[in-house]
Amino acid sequence: MTFSRRGGRGSFWRRRLVRFVVSLIALLLASFAMIHLIPGDPVRASLGPAAPAELVAARRAALGLDQPLPVQFAHYTRDLLSGNMGTSFLSGEPVTGVIAARLPNTLTLAVLAALLALAVAVPLGMWAGVRTENGRHRGTDVTFGSVTGTAVAVPEFLYSIALVSVFAIGLGWFPPAGRTGLTSWVLPILALAIGPTAMIARLSRVETQRELGTEYVRLARAKRLPAPRLYLRHVLPNTLTATLTVGGLLLTALIAGSVLVEYVFAWPGLGLKIVESITQKDYPVAQGVILVYGTIVLVVNLLVDVLLGWLDPTSDIREA
Amino acid sequence: MGRLIRRLPSSPAAVAGAVLVTLMVILAIIGPPIWGAAAERIDPAAILQGSSAAHPLGTDNLGRDLLARVLVAGRYSLTLALLAALIGAGAGIVLGALPSVLPRRAARLVTGTVNALVAFPGLLLAMFTAVIAGLGAKGAVLGIGAAIAPGFARLTQTMAASIAGADYVAAARMLGVSRARILVRHVLPNIAEPLILNLTQALGGALLGLAGMSFLGLGVQPPAFDWGRLLFDGFARIYVTPEVALGPALAVALAGIGFNLLGDALAKVASRTAVPGKLSVPVVPPEQGEPDPGAVLEVKDLSVTFPGGVQPVRELSLTVAPGEIVGLVGESGSGKSLTAAAVGGLVPYPGAVTSGRLRLCGADLGELPEAERRKLLGTSLAMVFQDPMASLNPALKVGGQLAEVSIVHQGASRADARRRAVDRLGHVHLPEPEKQARRHPHQLSGGMRQRAVIAMGLMGTPKLIIADEPTTALDVTVQRQILRLLREVTEETGSAALFISHDIAVVGELCDRVAVMYAGRVVEELPVEQLATGAAHPYTRALVASLPDMDTDRSGPLASIPGRQPSPGQVGAGCAFTDRCPLATARCAERPPLVTYGKAHRVACWEA
Amino acid sequence: MRIENLTVRYGAFTAVDDVTLEVPPGAIVGLVGESGSGKSTLARAVSGLVPYEGGIRGGGTVQMVFQDPYASLDPRMTVGASVGEGVRPRAEDGARLSRAGRRAEVERLLGLVSLPLELAGRYPRELSGGQRQRVAVARALGARPGVLVADEITSALDVSVQGAVLNLVRRLRDELGLSILFISHNLAVVRYVSDVVAVMRQGRLVEMGPTEKVVAAPEHEYTRELLDAVPRLAGRQDPARGLITG
Repeated sequence: MTFSRRGGRGSFWRRRLVRFVVSLIALLLASFAMIHLIPGDPVRASLGPAAPAELVAARRAALGLDQPLPVQFAHYTRDLLSGNMGTSFLSGEPVTGVIAARLPNTLTLAVLAALLALAVAVPLGMWAGVRTENGRHRGTDVTFGSVTGTAVAVPEFLYSIALVSVFAIGLGWFPPAGRTGLTSWVLPILALAIGPTAMIARLSRVETQRELGTEYVRLARAKRLPAPRLYLRHVLPNTLTATLTVGGLLLTALIAGSVLVEYVFAWPGLGLKIVESITQKDYPVAQGVILVYGTIVLVVNLLVDVLLGWLDPTSDIREA
Repeated sequence: MGRLIRRLPSSPAAVAGAVLVTLMVILAIIGPPIWGAAAERIDPAAILQGSSAAHPLGTDNLGRDLLARVLVAGRYSLTLALLAALIGAGAGIVLGALPSVLPRRAARLVTGTVNALVAFPGLLLAMFTAVIAGLGAKGAVLGIGAAIAPGFARLTQTMAASIAGADYVAAARMLGVSRARILVRHVLPNIAEPLILNLTQALGGALLGLAGMSFLGLGVQPPAFDWGRLLFDGFARIYVTPEVALGPALAVALAGIGFNLLGDALAKVASRTAVPGKLSVPVVPPEQGEPDPGAVLEVKDLSVTFPGGVQPVRELSLTVAPGEIVGLVGESGSGKSLTAAAVGGLVPYPGAVTSGRLRLCGADLGELPEAERRKLLGTSLAMVFQDPMASLNPALKVGGQLAEVSIVHQGASRADARRRAVDRLGHVHLPEPEKQARRHPHQLSGGMRQRAVIAMGLMGTPKLIIADEPTTALDVTVQRQILRLLREVTEETGSAALFISHDIAVVGELCDRVAVMYAGRVVEELPVEQLATGAAHPYTRALVASLPDMDTDRSGPLASIPGRQPSPGQVGAGCAFTDRCPLATARCAERPPLVTYGKAHRVACWEA
Repeated sequence: MRIENLTVRYGAFTAVDDVTLEVPPGAIVGLVGESGSGKSTLARAVSGLVPYEGGIRGGGTVQMVFQDPYASLDPRMTVGASVGEGVRPRAEDGARLSRAGRRAEVERLLGLVSLPLELAGRYPRELSGGQRQRVAVARALGARPGVLVADEITSALDVSVQGAVLNLVRRLRDELGLSILFISHNLAVVRYVSDVVAVMRQGRLVEMGPTEKVVAAPEHEYTRELLDAVPRLAGRQDPARGLITG
């Protein structure tokens, strides 16, 4: 994520946009290729060995699989542009409808978890960074390091299972599964947010300490600025660039992590759907969901770059 | 690597990580031979049980003991993880190394692909690969390998690029060393350690990733089983007998934590070199004599001590009179910058500052209440540092960084503070001060930034300006302008200055009086007029002689001082210069005090 | 060596603009300029490290010594191995060098830069900055260069050891008849070692001539400005006070 000033900001955004479009095309190709890379006949694999040959042939024809590849790709792209992602092998529902119904549940979950993680982790990391500067307070250093190190290493599905066992099944405070009301959001969000919180807190601490070592913070200290001003005005803005860069990557990781969390909580989102579609060989749905996930990743990365450009005074895009 | 492992058991987290990983490896070796039979023993009388004395973690749908199955599954889980990590690392290293051997366009394509793939979450890549490769262990391993590869590729690429850009590789290229040989002799040895470190973390990641895939039913399929698969089975029964999920969950968590902590610890050891020792702070009796009422700065017996017996500043005494510019000159490691930091109260932890007396503007900094001390230091002391590119906060506008001094210390309103900031910027001859105040630091040149920093010091009413190598990073023509500005500012405001520099010529040009530092002590203090020809200390004389200037005789060799300055931890009891001194005698084993040598001239040398 | 109409471009930016410069045999040519003047880029072009337009004629092989003694030696190679890297695989009579022959050559090179032989087994981290710089010079000499390019080789050194390195540079010229392109931002240092001084500004060569002449009677306005800005030790000559009025 470097903002090269050579060539000016105009060319930076042009290059960034070109990269986005190229990535999108590559993603499209990959999702198209996926079904063709599966060894053997996907239709046969999906319908099972007992299915009559006519049914397989009819299904192949309906999917256009009997046509040459370039024609198939042209049709695939054309259909996508008109919002048609095919129909599920299993239920016969249009894939677009399935995704539209489930995407909001997944996105809301991921975004809320990301916000929670940022809100807790940034202040926590800053606090720890200031407190343990240059090796001060070894106790805090060790505690912070081992707690976050442990929290980062436990995967979200274990948090999910632990939370369900204790707070849903054991104590009965929250519903164990499904999207049934406000309380049903609590456990999935927590399960999804714990790991990222620990990770951002670690990063925020490292960044804070790097800032504290800079000459301008030394000069700000020489000016005897009061602590809140020093940390909030001089240190915080400069740590945000790195935090948000990782935060962006993290949002995409959260969207992926939500697959496991949704599975545990039977959450009606995309994640549950993709697991079902892969295990049941419902390839059109798998293809569609992966395409949507990929697009989200690309869009989030683009947005993060825009946001960083806007925050970073040396990139000048605010004055553009 | 050996060095890393030897130094490992330094923190509890590292020990915990190492122990957990060792246990996992032992389990993988002894698990199947010991519990293998129990794990496969079908017992129709005991299907789907919860925990009991005979089956602490319950049984599965065929009545097999789950504890035994968890213990046995360790080998398969770890083997698959190792396989995935090796596949990922191997593919990643190849992908990362490719750009350095491919033609430019192809290299850019590979780099672009890697950069795009790094942004994709591993699980998505893994699922994509698993769809193609089919459900089962093979698909999952390939998938997780594919998820690990881009990170490794990126790491290899950036490290190889940075090594390839190093001067020593350029030197080897000039010497005609072949590309392959450069790769083998220079690049690989220098990137091997971080790659191995990363492999530890990748192994942990692979283990969790595979567990996740199996847990979703996308990985290992029965009759084979790994921890993820056991968790998959256990999770289906979680409402009835939650304890059956406990075993595999715990196993996965412990393995993940173990690898992560170990990886962290290895990385930390690799990056940190200094091991702090014990801090023993010298006890300095308060100075008994009457304070100098006229001095702006009066320092007596100032020491800065770091743990492990490292003392970069040793019993230094210095007085600065109003309006006077005192130069503190010394080579790198002489303690001059830490002296400045100690006066400004900016010595970083764990450094400890002690002194017999430390008075600024007539007030004893040690006795002043905290609030007053802050105000005094914030308004009467101005500091200017070496690198103007780094002295201003890149996120804040120049005007705001100046104005806050008045807002904080003088209770000025925003508008007033701003007006003063613009006025001060104009005062240091910045063109269009109004406009500069609205700009961000990166929009100013180095010389302009240093002017802005000086203007920041003028926001208060400085009695002392401490300038630590303020022109070292600047070109000579700009250096001249900044020196001129400093001179002008002190004359106009009546402020004194402590000017720290390694460049004896610059000090000679700007200052009224010069203090020469060597190994933490002032060895000579003299009026600037005497620096060139009247210096008494052999070090000062050698320093002057070794400095080429525009009149140096070009026919003879230039003077230089043999040997090197002792480091702050190795200064002995005698004169620190003895080893390099042409005049040294037996007497120099005893440290010479700094004594009056002439008018306004003091020197610490027996032979002077 | 003769550099003819040499130009280096980075995209739209011209770092070195049409520079013509001659390094006579057995002479030290000092190249002085401020940051951004293109002097280091010129050094890298002459050494073949960056692509350029224009011509470089004669001079034989070129070797370069870098500014930062802490970055120019591989931290994982001993001094002996680093110096040995530059040693030609064949002796002057064309015979292949034996192991002992290589060792003898490394010994000779270390001797040339006045370093004791026992340093051969040490790692760079055990050496001082001045010692490292000598090792870098020894490594370059191993290739028996026609021209040695020294890019700011004393800028990172303390003044008390700088003299020894400058003396070494002059001795190499006197004893080996080596041609040297000596690059520095420090005019006093350049004046001390060079036979000819060239001044660069913003990628262009603005003045060039025998050292005494350029220093005593500069023709270009910028050279005068540079000369004027060189700090002088009070007492050696007219001091500081010029500062306030000047």
